[in-house]
Amino acid sequence: MTVELITFIILAIIAIAAALGMLLSRSAVYSALFLVLNFAAVAVFYILLNAPFIALVQVSVYAGAIMVLFLFVIMLLGTETLPASKVLPWQRPLAIFLAVILFGESVYLLFVRTVASGNVPEPVQDFGTPQAVGQALFSSYMLPFEITSVLLLIAMVGAIVLTIREKGERKQ
Amino acid sequence: MIPVTYYVALSAILFTIGALGVLVRRNPLVIFMSIELMLNAANLAFVVFTRLYNVVAGQIFVFFVMTVAAAEVAVGLALIVTIFRTKHSIDIDAMNSLKG
Repeated sequence: MTVELITFIILAIIAIAAALGMLLSRSAVYSALFLVLNFAAVAVFYILLNAPFIALVQVSVYAGAIMVLFLFVIMLLGTETLPASKVLPWQRPLAIFLAVILFGESVYLLFVRTVASGNVPEPVQDFGTPQAVGQALFSSYMLPFEITSVLLLIAMVGAIVLTIREKGERKQ
Repeated sequence: MIPVTYYVALSAILFTIGALGVLVRRNPLVIFMSIELMLNAANLAFVVFTRLYNVVAGQIFVFFVMTVAAAEVAVGLALIVTIFRTKHSIDIDAMNSLKG
């Protein structure tokens, strides 16, 4: 048991427990907070994998901006919990059955038909530094990067158009 | 060093939990969070293989996935707010008609 393996196991347990907490907690606020914990654990994985830029983007964009947006909408709507309904009684067993099948497929692909194996190699010099990521982003991937900005603009306009109240609309 | 298989197995577990969340939960906000969890699991696999093959392209792809997720969340939450305004409920079982 090396230090790295112990770190990996502890972080993996935190990540999986947070994901299960998100799945099982009744209140949507708790779900959001568990998801923030999961994102933080995955960000530490990114640092362990020599991806500091991605780790910081994960913390600031995902755990910061996106989850704050989620919490804001949850509290705006005031619908933390929903009453239990009996519309689809067979939904839960069927969903668990399908999830078990999905997990079995991924385990089969992973352990029976092993495509990629071996340990994580030692990184080459300057691998995954923000400079290297920026170099690739602004040279080879320039056009996709610019299209990303258009995508964000479209999303912003779309969100405003969807939520704005028109002038003649009655107050609720 | 840690075997790559462990990381990919963790990614598979997180993805399965996300898929289960989409299928089981009835709160659309939690369903959205489960989708984020699945995207996150895919990102983890991307970063692991980036490290395995020593190419930086995987990290660029993770960057794009995060951008698309941010755009998707902005529009999706706006849709949920609009649906709540018309139906006064966000139960996913109540959303069964195209023209509200």
